[in-house]
Amino acid sequence: MRLNDLLIPKKTAIIKKWFALAIDTYPADTAKFLKSQKDPFANPVGRTIYRGLEALFDELLKGMDIENITSHLDPIIRIRAVQNFSPSRAIRFIFFLKTAINKSLGKEIFQEQLIKDWQLFESKIDELSLIAFNLYTQCKEKLFELKANEIKNRTFKAFERAGLVSEIPAEAPNLEPINHITKEASDDV
Amino acid sequence: MNLNYLYSLIVVIVLFLLAYVGVALPGGKTLFGVIIPYLAIITFIVGFCLRVVGWARLPVPFRIPTTCGQQKSLPWIKSANIDNPSTTGGVILRMILEIVFFRSLFRNTKCELKEGDKLSYEWEKWLWMGSLAFHWAFFTVLVRHMRFFLEPVPACLQLLDKLDGFLQIALPGLMLSGAVLLAAVIFLFLRRLWIPHVRYISLASDFFPLFLIMGIAITGILMRYFTKVDIVGIKEFTMGLVTFNFHIPEGVGGLFYTHLFFVSILFAYFPFSKLMHLGGIFMSPTRNLTTNSREKRHANPWNYPVKVHTYQQYEDEFREKMVEAGLPVEKMPEPEPPEEPVAPEEPEDSEEKE
Amino acid sequence: MSDVPTPEELLSSIEPKPSATGWMDTPVEIKKGMYCYASNPKSVEYVGLPYPRQWNPKDDDWQLPENWQEIISKGFRERLDRFRSVKIFMDICVRCGACADKCHFFIGSGDPKNMPVLRAELLRSVYRNDFTTVGKIIGSIGKNFKKVIGARELTLDVLKEWWYYLFQCSECRRCSVFCPYGIYTAEITIFGRELLNLIGLNIDWVATPVSNCYRTGNHLGIQPHAYKDMMDFFTDDIEDITGVRVDPSFNRKGAEILFITPSGDVFADPGTFTCMGYMMLFHFLQEKYGFDITWSTYASEGGNFGFFTSHETMKRLNAKMYAEAKRLGVKWILGGECGHMWRIVHQYMDTMNGPADFLEEPVSPITGTKFENAKATKMVHIAEFMADLIKHDKLDLDPSRNDHLRVTYHDSCNTSRVMGLLEEPRYVIENVCNNFYEMPVNCIREQTFCCGSGSGLNAGENMELRMQGGLPRANAVKYVHEKHDVNMLACICAIDRAALTTSMEYWVPEVEVTGLTEMVSNALILPGERERDMNLRSEELPGMEGDDAE
Repeated sequence: MRLNDLLIPKKTAIIKKWFALAIDTYPADTAKFLKSQKDPFANPVGRTIYRGLEALFDELLKGMDIENITSHLDPIIRIRAVQNFSPSRAIRFIFFLKTAINKSLGKEIFQEQLIKDWQLFESKIDELSLIAFNLYTQCKEKLFELKANEIKNRTFKAFERAGLVSEIPAEAPNLEPINHITKEASDDV
Repeated sequence: MNLNYLYSLIVVIVLFLLAYVGVALPGGKTLFGVIIPYLAIITFIVGFCLRVVGWARLPVPFRIPTTCGQQKSLPWIKSANIDNPSTTGGVILRMILEIVFFRSLFRNTKCELKEGDKLSYEWEKWLWMGSLAFHWAFFTVLVRHMRFFLEPVPACLQLLDKLDGFLQIALPGLMLSGAVLLAAVIFLFLRRLWIPHVRYISLASDFFPLFLIMGIAITGILMRYFTKVDIVGIKEFTMGLVTFNFHIPEGVGGLFYTHLFFVSILFAYFPFSKLMHLGGIFMSPTRNLTTNSREKRHANPWNYPVKVHTYQQYEDEFREKMVEAGLPVEKMPEPEPPEEPVAPEEPEDSEEKE
Repeated sequence: MSDVPTPEELLSSIEPKPSATGWMDTPVEIKKGMYCYASNPKSVEYVGLPYPRQWNPKDDDWQLPENWQEIISKGFRERLDRFRSVKIFMDICVRCGACADKCHFFIGSGDPKNMPVLRAELLRSVYRNDFTTVGKIIGSIGKNFKKVIGARELTLDVLKEWWYYLFQCSECRRCSVFCPYGIYTAEITIFGRELLNLIGLNIDWVATPVSNCYRTGNHLGIQPHAYKDMMDFFTDDIEDITGVRVDPSFNRKGAEILFITPSGDVFADPGTFTCMGYMMLFHFLQEKYGFDITWSTYASEGGNFGFFTSHETMKRLNAKMYAEAKRLGVKWILGGECGHMWRIVHQYMDTMNGPADFLEEPVSPITGTKFENAKATKMVHIAEFMADLIKHDKLDLDPSRNDHLRVTYHDSCNTSRVMGLLEEPRYVIENVCNNFYEMPVNCIREQTFCCGSGSGLNAGENMELRMQGGLPRANAVKYVHEKHDVNMLACICAIDRAALTTSMEYWVPEVEVTGLTEMVSNALILPGERERDMNLRSEELPGMEGDDAE
């Protein structure tokens, strides 16, 4: 493949550029931290995104194994889904690959004999974004599910097992006015 | 973009000009050579003491040290006597490590995932080394300057001079401390500028002392190595300050007065600023207390009684239910009349029915 | 070609790039998923805290009392005079940035105001303006000068910023480990929340448990008979699993030891399995050595959400522990697996509600070990107690029952950075299971990461915040999961058990969460038990199902 001959030697540069663009969606002063801190445990966001993009790029060069793509994309999307981005911003970073390639290769990719290759590659990126969209939705659904079910799964499941559910009112327990109690309490202490 | 450093730079430049031009005016030398230094040192001493005494007078209601190692519990478990000190000796060691070697900054490690999944740990040393170099160099320079205020110069100071100048390059011999001080202060400044999140949090009052100290170091170095200031004259002058027998030397240039002025400003500024961390570090309740709060009771001077929900109130509210569930109670409920109760005895009961 | 906007330009037309303004010029935006609902006025009123009212953080008007600035200012002054810690931490920070990247909320969210130093600066800026000479002098020159020295007035926007970010700190004090002066952001958060409570700004996830606990003895508001019912049910379950009927006692006068654990253990999965673990352990010790312990429905909460409200509220809720120990006439108190409960027991309880001179210095009735380290407070941690039992070979254990587990251990923030309880739980784990793997060293022990939901933040509505804060911990778990096939995360904290379960479900679904005692009791051989083919979760034990399994 001709395009790959161009992409492979520039791989590191392209990924770095792609990563930089993706990270710029964070506040300016944090972006630098996310970029430079190499410790995967001190900087899970930056490192997960970097490693994910690296693996995704490799996948795009090879073929388009949906399962592999999903497994590499999932950790990134999982993070972006909880970070208060709008959906578009959360997955927009996929398209930054086009910018990254354009910037790294410049005019070279507009050679006529590469057009077919490039169109194919672009459609792979588009496909990637659709997978990201699926994953993002799944993550959001998971979050809603966790929100909705947490109390139920933890507390009420325990009560239910114990057959106590009917005794626990749905609302917060009725609380009585404080006055007489605190008065007594103050007498006691 | 955080431009706070600019304000600080401007202030320091203005201060420089003030001193440099000021000494040339009539009475300038007395003002910058005698009056301001005295005022500064008084401000420093009084201010510093007031701050420290102010802190010391405040109560420490709770024993809240941060534990950074294994507690002392069972005899066969090795405890971390310094990082989690249960004895005063341990606390003293912890404080020494903290104050003299900046132990907490030393703790920064970072690990990297290398080739595949091999973890390697690296100690993040730059901040630690920079600040350690800075503080130690500053301290050495300060102590070295004592020679200007003591006659005869004690042997230990002469020894320090020898050690400091052991490289024996340049003439007069290069003092390592001065060079390190300047390098470290520049490093600390650049670090503030370059690391985005540190720049983000930096205030003008973080840059100001850095520029001031840079100014002090630069003027000092210029005097020593380049303009070759009249040391004997200066010694006479400084001894005059110590003995209250003022003597304004001839032939000592504006550079010296700027140096002195910068130092005065630093001293006067000290008690009002974050530089008070010098005193505060000794008093930080998360470091200077033993961690044996379960072994030895810590008293809170302002502990006051609070309203609580007593067991009696609790049992009064839930007595029937407790009896029904077979839980022991202090007082058995009064037998209820056989008919439907007209009105509940206790107000709590009515709540329960809702 | 050149007029076509670049993707970046397109993006910024949909949504502007995050602003690069200084933090004082970046107004707070209260985002969904990042904050907890405001406190229910009934709960605030019940415990007699000020200004109960219905209010909504999203509204412009927070229905503040008219003189709120005066109240805060007075409260600030009072606390500066009462806590050396607060005053020193306001004065001496040099903003070196060592703490900046240590906070799990900063790491997970990338929001610069979650850097511990900046969280503290939110309050410090007001302190400089109102309480320092320099701030007052410079402030009088002009507003722009104020900003340069980092001072600002307490406006409504500043107040909202306080509320938003002080409830994005889980008081885990990881930053304090790395601070050269030991500045303890948690103390600043505690102080800040105390100020907010003066004008009725709490979150409901804290306020309602507080009032519940005040009334019924536990955060969930469970009344005594229900507490007993729940334990009865566990008794049945244990009998189903082991064939042994345990017999816990409640509110029993004259018992030797009082046991107190967070109510989460009694009422919420998977803490309930830890609770069953306690019951089996006590039964074992009772049968074999005549161990004499009682539970209490009055002091039925080890945790203390009052701590997340104010020092006074903490004291009011905590008082029950000693009061109940005194009423029942026990010798000492044994405490279950809980994080902030142990912070309070270790650093506050004796000071606030002691001296506990009506109790005796704790001695293990089984091994005779004197718990010297708990001599004054008279409360022993269950991990200390169990480690001592195992060391003296007093427990009959079959660790192979936990062979299907590949375990890693999460140090709770409180037990590690407040007590230093590091080795005891590890010793216990290593004795009850055969596959134990540590997470990387900068994520455990005193450097442990928070679960992301501590200090009353484990509500549902702030799930995004919790997941962000939980990421660093989950990320390290994921690493040991991928490397060592770890499938169980052990911990000794009730909030961990609840919060990490959710966090794992999102980040590393293959990993479950367990309490320490649950693992112990799975391995514990009870006298007279039938052959175990199920664990406490009533799941079949692999390899023990017998031949009829498939």
